[in-house]
Amino acid sequence: MEGEPARCYDRAGFIAPRTDDRHMSALQAASAAPFLDLIDIGKTYPGVVALSAVNLSVAPGEVIGLVGENGAGKSTLMKILGGVTAPSEGTIRIDAAEHAAMSVKDATKAGIAFVHQELNLFDNLDVAANVFIGREPRFGGLLNLIDTRALHEKVTPLLRRLGADFGPATPVAILSLAQRQLVEIAKALSLDARLVIMDEPTSSLTASETARLLDVIADLKKNHVSVIFISHRLQEVERCADRVIVLRDGKVVGRLDRAQIQHDAMIRLMIGRDLKSLYIPPAAPPREVALDLAEVRTAAFPSQSVTLGLRGGEILGLAGLVGSGRTELARAIFGIDRRLGGQIKLLGQVLEIAEPRNAIHRGLYLIPEDRKQSGLVLDFSVAENISLANLPAYARASLVQDNAETRNAEQQKAKLKIKVPSVATRTSSLSGGNQQKVVLAKWLSMSPKVIIFDEPTRGIDVGAKGEIYELMRALADAGVAILMISSDMEEVIGVSDRIAVMHEGRISGILERNEFSEDRVLQLAIGKSLREPPAMKLAMGG
Amino acid sequence: MMFKKDLSLLVLILVVGTIVAIINPRFLSPINIANTANLIGLFGMFSIGMGFVIITGGIELSVGSMFALLGVIFIDLLVNYEMNWPLAMLLMVLAGTALGWLHGYLVTEMRLQPFVVTLCGLLIYRGIARYYTNDGTAGFAFGMNFPALEWLTTGRAFGLIPHSFIVFILLALVMGIVLHKSVFGRYLFAVGKNEEAARYSGIRTHRIITAAYVISGALCGLSAIYLAMYTRSISPASHGSFYELYAIAAAVLGGCSLRGGEGSVLGIVLGAILLQVLQNLVNLLGIPSSLNFAVIGGVILIGVLADQQIVRRRAQLKLAKT
Repeated sequence: MEGEPARCYDRAGFIAPRTDDRHMSALQAASAAPFLDLIDIGKTYPGVVALSAVNLSVAPGEVIGLVGENGAGKSTLMKILGGVTAPSEGTIRIDAAEHAAMSVKDATKAGIAFVHQELNLFDNLDVAANVFIGREPRFGGLLNLIDTRALHEKVTPLLRRLGADFGPATPVAILSLAQRQLVEIAKALSLDARLVIMDEPTSSLTASETARLLDVIADLKKNHVSVIFISHRLQEVERCADRVIVLRDGKVVGRLDRAQIQHDAMIRLMIGRDLKSLYIPPAAPPREVALDLAEVRTAAFPSQSVTLGLRGGEILGLAGLVGSGRTELARAIFGIDRRLGGQIKLLGQVLEIAEPRNAIHRGLYLIPEDRKQSGLVLDFSVAENISLANLPAYARASLVQDNAETRNAEQQKAKLKIKVPSVATRTSSLSGGNQQKVVLAKWLSMSPKVIIFDEPTRGIDVGAKGEIYELMRALADAGVAILMISSDMEEVIGVSDRIAVMHEGRISGILERNEFSEDRVLQLAIGKSLREPPAMKLAMGG
Repeated sequence: MMFKKDLSLLVLILVVGTIVAIINPRFLSPINIANTANLIGLFGMFSIGMGFVIITGGIELSVGSMFALLGVIFIDLLVNYEMNWPLAMLLMVLAGTALGWLHGYLVTEMRLQPFVVTLCGLLIYRGIARYYTNDGTAGFAFGMNFPALEWLTTGRAFGLIPHSFIVFILLALVMGIVLHKSVFGRYLFAVGKNEEAARYSGIRTHRIITAAYVISGALCGLSAIYLAMYTRSISPASHGSFYELYAIAAAVLGGCSLRGGEGSVLGIVLGAILLQVLQNLVNLLGIPSSLNFAVIGGVILIGVLADQQIVRRRAQLKLAKT
C-alpha cells in the first residue's frame, strides 16, 4: 500500500475551490482520499516477471511522476491501468469497487485517459472529429448525420481551456506534435477524465512547448484531474510532480514526496542494482578500426552528426534513450535510409552505400530491431531464411540447389544450437530466441566484417540471451567488429567492451570499460555532461 | 501445403467433369476436348503472368485492353505494312514487355498502387486501340493466308492437340521451374511475403517486382497474337474485354493470394482448366449463355468459401490436438 498517502499527496494550497465537479461530494468527505488504488499488482509473462507487488494510489488532483529505466515495468503498469493487459495478481480498486482486472471500457468509465507517446490520432480527420470519435453528436433519423455544429460547440470550449491556438475544424495533419498532444488532452477531458496518463509527453517538444504543457498540467490539477507523468526527463518531473514513484525491475523501489524529489535521488533509485556479470573478456586486444563513421547525418536529427570508430574484435555498445537516433544511424549505415551526409569507411575504404545490397557485399550486416518485420520472412522455412541474403551461392545456373541450401542450414543449426525439429520448419513457429539465431545464421553463413546488432535480445528469454552474448563474443574474437545498440542497461554494461552513448542524434560520450557505471551512461543518455570527468572522452569531432 | 491445395483443385475439376460427362456425353468427345484445350491454352498463357504479378502483391488489369491494342497493331503490320510475321510477332512481344516494364516502373519507383496503374492502362490502351482503327474492325482480307503463322498459332498436332495448348504447357513448365526452383522465384515469394525483410536481406525488391510485370507483359504480347489469330478479326471496342478477370480468377482459384507471397504455376494451370471446363459446362448443359458469368462467379465463390472453411477446420483440429 501507499506508505502515507496523506503526507505524500496533500498540499492543500494547490487545490483551488472548485466550481463544478461531479466528484465534489467524495472530495468533501476526504479531500485526499484516493479514487484509484492498485494493490499488490503483479504481472508475469512466460519467463519474465514484469511487475511484482506494485502498489499505487491516485487521489484527485495530484500529479504523480513515474520514472524508471527502459524495461523497468512502466509500460506494463500503464497497460494494466488502461485495461489493455490483465494483471496476474493483485486488485484494482476504483471508487471502492474492487476488480481483479479491468477492461478498456472499465478504465474509460473510471475516467482513465491516455496521451500516448505515439499519438493515436486520425491524421485524415479534423480536430473535432478526433476529439469525439465514436461519440459524435448526431441528428438521428434515417441518415443519422453528424451534427457538426453541436460537435464544434462541444470542442471549442475544451480547446479554449487548454489555450489551443487552433480551432475545431483544423485538420490534424497540419498540426505540430505539441498541438496534437493538446488534441489528445482535449479528448481526455471530453471523456470527463479523472486521471490522464502521459507517456513521455515532452520527448519531442521544444522548451517553450514543454513549458506550456506543464501549464496545462497545472490547470488540470487545479480542476482536480490527476496526472501520471512518465518521463525520462527528470528535470520536468522535478518541476511538475507532487510525488514520484520509481520503478526498477518491476518493483517500486522508491516513493519520493514533493520535498524529496531531486534529480540525483531519482537516478540513484532508478539504477543501483548489482549486475551479475555477463561480461566475457575478449581473447585478444582490439584490432585496427574496421568501421569508420565521419560526420554521418540522418533524417531523424538532420543538424547533428555522428563520428565514431568501431574496431575489429570489439563489441561497442551504443546506449541511449529510445528515440535518440540509434536505430536511424544503423539504418543509414546499412543503406535502408539515405543518409544526409558524412562518410563511411570499411577497413579504410570508402563505402558507397545506396541500398543494403552494397553493404552486404562488403561484409557489413545489420540484425534489425524488429526481427519479425525486418529480419525474417516468417512464412519461409528456417533454411530459406538462412540462405536468403546469399541465395546465388546455393544456386547453379540460377536454380537453387536444395541440397546445398539444406546442408548449410543444418550446419548453422548445429553451430548456433537452433532448437527446431527440421530446417524445413516454418520460421514463424520458433521462439524469439531461436528466430534471432536464424537471423544471425543468415549472416554467419557469409563472411561478416562488421555486424550491427539492434536490440539483439529484445523479447528473448534469459537462457537464449546468454547464448547470443556468447556468439557475439565468439564473432568478435574472430575479428568481427560489433556495434550493439541496446536499451537494456544490464546488457550494455555487461556485454560491451566500450560504450558510446547517444543523445538527440549525437554521441554525447564514450566510456571505456573501467569507467562503466549505470549512472554515467544514464547521465550521458539524458544529455548531461558528466560532472566529474575522470576519464570521459568526447567523441572525435563530436 | 501447396500440393494439397492443387490436389483439391484437381479433384474439383474431376468432379465437375464427371458430372458434365454423365449429363452430356459429348463433353468427352475428341472435338469438344480439343476445343476446350485450345481455350485453356489461350487463356492460360497470360494467366501465368498474372500469377507472377499477384504473387508480388500486385494486380494487372490492363490485360484485355493490351490484347485489343497489340492485336489491331499486329494485324495492321501484317495486312497493311506487309511486314514478315516473325518480325511482327517479335515486335508485339517486345511491346508487351515494354508496357509491363512501364507498369512495374510506375508501381515501384513512382510508388503508385498497382490497381490504379493498371486500371489506367486498361482505359488508355482500349482507347488507343479504338482510335487506331477508327473504331472499325481490323481483320484479314478474304483469302489472305499466313500458313506458317497459322500452323504455329491455330494448328493442331496430329489434327487434334491444339498448338496453343502445347505452347501453354511448355510455358507452364518453364515458368514453373522459374517460380519454384530459381533464385528469382524465391525472391519473388520473399518480396510478396515481406518486402521489408527481403530488402534487409539485400534483395533489390523494386527490380523483382518490375520483373514480374515485365514477364506478365511479355506473355500478354504473345497471347495477343494467339488471340488475334484465333478470332481473325478484332473489333477493338470489345476484343479481350474482361480477359484480365479470367486470369485473376484462374490465379486465385489456383491458390495465389491477393495479399501476395503465395501461389503455384500448377495451381494456375489447374485454375485455367477449371474455368474453361465451367464455360464448357454452361454450353453443354443447355444453360442460357447469358448466365455464363453468373455460373463461373458462383462456382469460384463456393470454391473459395469451401477452401477457407477447410483451412479453418484444419487449424482448429491442430489447435485441439496441442
